[in-house]
Amino acid sequence: MNPANYLYLSALLFTIGAAGVLIRRNAIVVFMCVELMLNACNLAFVTFSRLHGNLDGQVIAFFTMVVAAAEVVVGLAIIVSIFRSRHSASVDDANLMKL
Amino acid sequence: MSFPLLTVTAAVPAVGAVVTAAVPAAQRTTAKYTALLFSLATLVFAAVALVRFDPDGNRYQLTESHAWVKDFGLRYELGVDGIAVVMVALTALLIPFVMLAGWHDADPLEDANPNRRWRPTQGFFALILLVEAMVVLSFEATDVFLFYIFFEAMLIPVYFLIGGFGDRAHAAGEDEAARQRSYAAVKFLLYNLAGGLIMLAAVIGLYTVTAHQLGTGTFSLQEILSARASGKLHIETSTERWLFLGFFFAFAVKAPLWPLHTWLPNAMGESTAPVAVLITAVVDKVGTFAMLRYCLQLFPEASKWATPVVLVLALISIVYGALLAVGQRDIKRLIAYASVSHFGFIILGIFAMTTQGQSGATLYMVNHGISTAALLLVAGFLITRRGSRLIADFGGVQKVAPILAGTFLIGGLATLSLPGLAPFVSEFLVLVGTFSRYPVLGIIATLGIVLAALYVLVLYQRTMTGPVKAGIEGMSDLKARELLVVTPLIALLLFLGVYPKPVTDIINPSVHHTLSDVHKTDPKPALEAKK
Amino acid sequence: METLIGLLVAAPLLGAGVLLTGGKRLDRVGHWIGTLLALLSFVFGAVLFINMLGKAADARTLNSHLFTWVPVGGFQADVGFQLDQLSMTFVLLITGVGTLIHIYSIGYMAHDERRRRFFGYLNLFLAAMLLLVVADNYFLLYAGWEGVGLASYLLIGFWQHKPSAATAAKKAFIVNRVGDIGLSVAIMLMFTTFGSFAFNQVLPQAQQASTTQHATITGIGFMLLLAACGKSAQVPLQSWLGDAMEGPTPVSALIHAATMVTAGVYLITRSGAIFNAAPDAQTAVVTVGAVTLLFGAIVGCAKDDIKKALAGSTMSQIGYMIMAAGLGPIGYVFAIMHLVTHGFFKAGLFLGAGSVMHGMNDEVDMRRYGGLRKYMPVTFVTFGLGYLAIIGFPGLSGFFSKDKIIEAAFAKGGTEGWILGSAALLGAAITAFYMTRVMLMTFFGEQRWQPDAEGHEPHPHESPSSMTIPMIILAFGSVFAGAFFSINSRFVHWLEPVTGHSEGDSPISAGTVTGATMVCLVVGVGIAWLIYGRRPVPAVAPRGSLLTRAARRDLYQDDFNHVVLVRGGEHLTRSLVYLDHSLVDGVVNGTAASVGGLSGRLRKLQNGYVRSYAVSMLGGTAVLVAATLLMRAV
Repeated sequence: MNPANYLYLSALLFTIGAAGVLIRRNAIVVFMCVELMLNACNLAFVTFSRLHGNLDGQVIAFFTMVVAAAEVVVGLAIIVSIFRSRHSASVDDANLMKL
Repeated sequence: MSFPLLTVTAAVPAVGAVVTAAVPAAQRTTAKYTALLFSLATLVFAAVALVRFDPDGNRYQLTESHAWVKDFGLRYELGVDGIAVVMVALTALLIPFVMLAGWHDADPLEDANPNRRWRPTQGFFALILLVEAMVVLSFEATDVFLFYIFFEAMLIPVYFLIGGFGDRAHAAGEDEAARQRSYAAVKFLLYNLAGGLIMLAAVIGLYTVTAHQLGTGTFSLQEILSARASGKLHIETSTERWLFLGFFFAFAVKAPLWPLHTWLPNAMGESTAPVAVLITAVVDKVGTFAMLRYCLQLFPEASKWATPVVLVLALISIVYGALLAVGQRDIKRLIAYASVSHFGFIILGIFAMTTQGQSGATLYMVNHGISTAALLLVAGFLITRRGSRLIADFGGVQKVAPILAGTFLIGGLATLSLPGLAPFVSEFLVLVGTFSRYPVLGIIATLGIVLAALYVLVLYQRTMTGPVKAGIEGMSDLKARELLVVTPLIALLLFLGVYPKPVTDIINPSVHHTLSDVHKTDPKPALEAKK
Repeated sequence: METLIGLLVAAPLLGAGVLLTGGKRLDRVGHWIGTLLALLSFVFGAVLFINMLGKAADARTLNSHLFTWVPVGGFQADVGFQLDQLSMTFVLLITGVGTLIHIYSIGYMAHDERRRRFFGYLNLFLAAMLLLVVADNYFLLYAGWEGVGLASYLLIGFWQHKPSAATAAKKAFIVNRVGDIGLSVAIMLMFTTFGSFAFNQVLPQAQQASTTQHATITGIGFMLLLAACGKSAQVPLQSWLGDAMEGPTPVSALIHAATMVTAGVYLITRSGAIFNAAPDAQTAVVTVGAVTLLFGAIVGCAKDDIKKALAGSTMSQIGYMIMAAGLGPIGYVFAIMHLVTHGFFKAGLFLGAGSVMHGMNDEVDMRRYGGLRKYMPVTFVTFGLGYLAIIGFPGLSGFFSKDKIIEAAFAKGGTEGWILGSAALLGAAITAFYMTRVMLMTFFGEQRWQPDAEGHEPHPHESPSSMTIPMIILAFGSVFAGAFFSINSRFVHWLEPVTGHSEGDSPISAGTVTGATMVCLVVGVGIAWLIYGRRPVPAVAPRGSLLTRAARRDLYQDDFNHVVLVRGGEHLTRSLVYLDHSLVDGVVNGTAASVGGLSGRLRKLQNGYVRSYAVSMLGGTAVLVAATLLMRAV
């Protein structure tokens, strides 16, 4: 099978994820879209690893997974605590970081 | 490997800062004593360093050297010459007094409601220790980049000390006080950051030059100096001048030299007296110290090139600072402008390039630290009692609080360089050192001694003498804790005024080294020269 | 013996330390401690004096090196003492008169709650003044010089609750500091010229200096003169002395009459070798002296405040001394001789004035005195003897010393000699006038007493014996010191080895000078008697002539200072404060404001919405990727 197809899939997933992040307001959904983007990258890494015939890409993919897992822990915690205090998970409501 | 004395001297206050900050919020007194204990421990180590330092030995002693980031030639290099070891000792000496004087400055207000955010005592004392650690390290560093890091890093704790723990004695009310405080803190930070960034460019420039010529770049002062001495390193005249200006600008802001002085009156006016002492007696000294160490040693030719301009600026500082001090209505701002004048003397002495000038300037740094601390801390006690820092709100204090008035007068007399008190010796040395090379400048600088008498005595007359003003009647005299602060400082002023030899003996050889770096020798007496 | 010199200074210094830090528990014994230590210092001085007398005239100098004070490169300042005949004279005068005034103060300050501190300051003054005269180099002398300035500041302003006293003290210190510039510049010049500032280095070198060094040495001379002007209240730095009378009267007697104000004369005499080598500087010195002796005398004529009249007189008498010192070797000895006799009679006069004030509810206006001789016989007699001594009544101290100065002035020769001599004679006449005026207004005529501000009628009475005994001793000195010094030219032989001495050849004989002086004396006394003795003294001062009005205001010198220096200075500092805020600070703040404006616009981009941040990130990445691809393609 042509490895380019994997790359197309990866690009598609990434685009879906990016669009989700930009368009959706629910923090959980935004978060899931971020995960989607990360996994799209993972797919690309693994494909490239196969293409080049070395293990670098696979190692990076594992690395990404670890970072993603850590990020999920922190991110979900933040979202939950925001939801608890504001009864809303909309990212547009949480704009207090501006100057 | 020998005992890393210098690292320990700096590490003790750093650890102390962490420990103090970790003390639970309710145990304020514990935090205070912890901090004081750590500062005293630092003093012990600094004293040991002072004793172990051999004035006739190598130029840099007690050295430590470790690679840090090999790829960039960064090294962790410490070492002290006679000037640095004295400055470290001065810093370590002053901090306990600063803490004792500010013992209650960070207590919660008595009428504070529990919901209000009060000044955390732990933070106050931890920040002071942090400043101490950074200042000590910047005196000890012999690696230019290492020095730069601490030179810049000390801004942050000082920023919080100014902005977070301002003077409670403010006529304009709490909100206005907070506004002016944050203005002063931001001004302090911006001025010094601007200076620091320009210096950073020069530091990187220096690294590039060394990398270009020596193959591997280095920040190490000793490596640069020895490469230079052996002829391996040759900095182009124009490059050297630019690099000099980059360094000098940062130090001139910190020192502060006219016209870069305007942050000092704000910073000193808005902060509490102990913090003001920390700024003017300790932090600012890094600026003049660095001129002596980095500007003159790294860029001797450019220093000589810039001398005329620097001397004129220093002279303007002396006269201008003194004149502005005469015109002030606020006690602390008056002392701040007096300090501007005194820093002018220090810089004048450094750039006069004579033994007397530079030894005098170094001694001046020490003496100015002690005398300003004495004057300013007593002024702080005075201001706290009255709740105002306007001169016009005082009058006749000597009638109700004679000891306070007496110590204030002694601090003032030290500031106006009365013989018998320490600053006289250093001021006269600076004047003689300047005069022997530049007679006209020396004579103009002596005007400073008349103006100093004017601002000190006018201040004393308006605050202490005359009939007792309303609001002064019930003023209490100095308490035991306050006497504990003032008495040793005054004793030290007297001792160094009568017998400064122990200090000059340590300073002189280092000054000699510095002068030979810039290839200058003292002018010979006119009669001797003819023979 | 050498250590005794150190102890001489240390004794009063110890007293000052103990009294000023001792706290209230010493209140009851403080004045005794102070007096005893002053006396101890006098005893040390006397022992040294006797020891000195036992040696050959040219081997009397004692040297003692204590420790090195400031060693930096070629600059070696030592703490070392040199006691020769000149210093010895001063030591005896300072400790002797000083002790007497300590005793006097016990009575005078009896009711002052801060008496302990007063004695502490007095002891501090003694220590500093002794240090000044026994120092063996100019740098240490400078320390004493400023030390007496400090003591003077503290004592003038002793009654600090009075704003006028605090102002006067500040003024004295600052005007003195102007003079101190002179001394410090002189020291720096010495250092750069001779490589030293020790007497035994500078003075011989100055003597042998070639003509090429002439300008420098003249410069040193001028600077030393400036210093002397500040400390000795000579024109143009004389303005502080009149105000200094705000201090307690014993202070005026000790510091502002007998000792500290004569430090300038000491400095010039001590630096004789420098002045001998700098004729221009000498001319300046005699000019200053001659102008001041007339200036002070004229001011003294118009003052109604008894202490201020005496202050004018002090200024004038020191003018005589400075003039004599400026005459060179023909005058040094007589300058010092007049200094010593003046120390006796002027201290006596001030103590007398203090005694009068003590009895008159601290009234100082002579127009409210009158007829006091019956009520204060001892004060009257001692004051009267001092009066006769100062006007130069034949046989009394002032006669011998002043006459010699006038002779020396004529002996200067040429037009200069005539001008100086005539000025000195005119001064003698005015002295006779104003002192007679003081005498008549205070002790003679009808009583013009008035109740003080609280309505207390004055009840003049003689002062306690602690006050009168010092006055009596000083009166003895006023009477006999001059004759004692002059027999066999005793004083000349005593000082000659140090200062050098030469008899000038006067164009007119000594007898003629004495005769002229007597005529001046009689004229001065006569005019005063005509105005103040023959007819009653008005209790309110008449408007007076132009000169009188000018003299009352110190010949407008203060007004000049006020307008030019004080007002000018105030304007200068005020405009500088404004400029510092608006210009120096303004430039920086302007930069900050424009940066702030820019950032205000930029911050609109930061709206806080995560999505907009994400878009900018995505856009940024896209741009970067596109740029990379483009770079590849090219």
